[in-house]
Amino acid sequence: MSILITPQTKILVQGITGSFGARHTQLSLAYGTQVVAGVTPGKGGQRFENQVPIFDTVAEAARQTGATVSAIFVPPPFAGDAILEAVDAGLELAVCITEGIPVNDMVKVKQAMQGKKTRLIGPNCPGVVTPGTGKDSHGGCRIGIAPGYIHKKGNIGVVSRSGTLTYEAVWQLTCRGVGQSTCIGIGGDPVNGTSHLDVIKMFNDDPETKGIIMIGEIGGSAEEEAAEWIKQNCRKPVAGFIAGATAPPGRRMGHAGAIVSGGKGTAAAKIQAFKEAGIGVAPTPSEMADTLLRMM
Amino acid sequence: MNIHEYQAKQLLAQYGVAVPPGDVCSTPEEAQAIAEKLFAKGEKLVVVKSQIHAGGRGKGTFKSGFQGGVKLCKTAADVHEKAKAMLGQVLVTKQTGPEGRLVSKLLVAAAPVIRKELYLAVLLDRATSRPLMMVSTEGGVDIEEVAAKTPEKIIKESIDPAVGMMPYQGRKLAVALGLQGDLIAQGAKLLQGVYKTWWECDAAMVEINPLCIIDGPDGKPGILAVDAKIGLDDNALYRHKNIQEMRDLAEEAPLEIEASKFNLNYIKLDGNIACLVNGAGLAMATMDIIQHFGGSPANFLDVGGGASKEQVTAAFKIILSDPHVKGILVNIFGGIMDCNVIATGIVAAVRETGLKLPLVVRLEGNNVQAGKKTLSESGLTITSGDSMSDAAQKVVKAVGKS
Repeated sequence: MSILITPQTKILVQGITGSFGARHTQLSLAYGTQVVAGVTPGKGGQRFENQVPIFDTVAEAARQTGATVSAIFVPPPFAGDAILEAVDAGLELAVCITEGIPVNDMVKVKQAMQGKKTRLIGPNCPGVVTPGTGKDSHGGCRIGIAPGYIHKKGNIGVVSRSGTLTYEAVWQLTCRGVGQSTCIGIGGDPVNGTSHLDVIKMFNDDPETKGIIMIGEIGGSAEEEAAEWIKQNCRKPVAGFIAGATAPPGRRMGHAGAIVSGGKGTAAAKIQAFKEAGIGVAPTPSEMADTLLRMM
Repeated sequence: MNIHEYQAKQLLAQYGVAVPPGDVCSTPEEAQAIAEKLFAKGEKLVVVKSQIHAGGRGKGTFKSGFQGGVKLCKTAADVHEKAKAMLGQVLVTKQTGPEGRLVSKLLVAAAPVIRKELYLAVLLDRATSRPLMMVSTEGGVDIEEVAAKTPEKIIKESIDPAVGMMPYQGRKLAVALGLQGDLIAQGAKLLQGVYKTWWECDAAMVEINPLCIIDGPDGKPGILAVDAKIGLDDNALYRHKNIQEMRDLAEEAPLEIEASKFNLNYIKLDGNIACLVNGAGLAMATMDIIQHFGGSPANFLDVGGGASKEQVTAAFKIILSDPHVKGILVNIFGGIMDCNVIATGIVAAVRETGLKLPLVVRLEGNNVQAGKKTLSESGLTITSGDSMSDAAQKVVKAVGKS
């Protein structure tokens, strides 16, 4: 088994008719993903690409198509509302791709999600991919914006805050003939739904996952928390990389969450935490896959 | 986005936070006029404060040789004199770097007699995803030092965003700060006002250092935000028109302003190897790998997920405006983005800018073969890197030689 999603998972897309949402829905359909519904208020009854039915609300889309997961491509001012609509519809998983959501909106969303069954991945993330068995991993479940073809079905779990750095790690694995169980981008914002630690626990419990690559970056302390847990509990080899060793303090490096402030969240502290937890630290981002493979 | 102290105090005052009376000005005459009004109201002392987006102003030195970006004055004539010495001059503090910042505005405000300096800040607690108010009896000093040496002197209160900061939380912190009698209610009201400013303005951080217990005009003690610093969440600026207008472009690096016009995320650094990358994480990692192989990155530059030919050209021009740059590393993982589009953009940019510096390009991903062909058939001297590490080593070596 993979984690969170399988090739059979039925997904709906919130914001399916926006240019960004539409483009990536096409790519997911081409990858063989079960995109069964779209949601755009006011466009209910239409079809996306003459194929996928569009609904006015998430609840209706889920009820009529059996979708259990949402991919959210709604613009930042409305994204918090879109996440809570997915929560209200009782979906299992909401993956929010949107970049640029105000932090306080996410503070409210996160508070409102407490005690609810829906898990959130993101926002500001590349999404989740469980590779399929076809050519270039076709037939898998691709939620979000990651390129499908770089994946390969296999046994390594990948978790990262960053998009292109995830692709880099995945591609290194695939080029070495090593496949992935599930690849997850948790997003680069300071407030997000699922943490590194949440994903690591799922990979630890997943029999199909035999090794884990965890990619972190400066800011916050989520990597340290994951490392502490790994030290005590993780039964699988973990290799990692922390981006931002050269970033100056007090400057936000692209991602809203990637900032060293008040002496907290430095790359050095995170690398130290990784080492103390027995996590293999890749000396450069070119060696993420090799570092893990040496441990296996 | 950051704003000036006087702007931060304007926002705080709107939410009921007591600040010393005063006003902002940009000429010595205006400064004198503000001071005259304050003295006429019975103030004994007036402070003249340079308005720049950097701390350490009081201990700073102007390039003119004038000492101190914050001055206390007993007369309006003295205010005029001090204002004249500061306005139009470049102030260097420990936070500005050696280039310093031009002072074009001053805050002239009442300087009451201070009995005790306290500390107060509101920020996001990332571990809980909730707002956090932090106070300390150790105000007026570097709070990071307090946190490192005497962490027990920092008192934290987590705030439930659903209900906001409750009055009891304000009273609890006021008591923890050692306030007594009438000052407890006054302090609690001020703390709630600061929280409200943080929340309603979508601030990333509000810091009041020092928060002061003062001798009020009636002889009774009062509590005032004597300094104030506010940083805002850029993602939320769209819903605060009044705050957008507070942006001071003079405080931002010109190249960073130029980059933002093209939706490029650029941050200038001190090194000599420029990089152009897609994605923030990969861009940071590219800087790291340059340093790992003995080089020094000149910038952070994320061209985003869907870089166009125009963006790549603009990015090259921005990179090349930095005179320290001795070589360029382009690192693109074009997962969805067509590598050939990027390659075409690079070729066009090299031709347009007449680039003479060593250029190493690492392309990976979608349509990569066509992209590499475009580069090699361009007739330009572009070195190809097979992996991030190969490309980084090549650019470090090329720059080392030049």
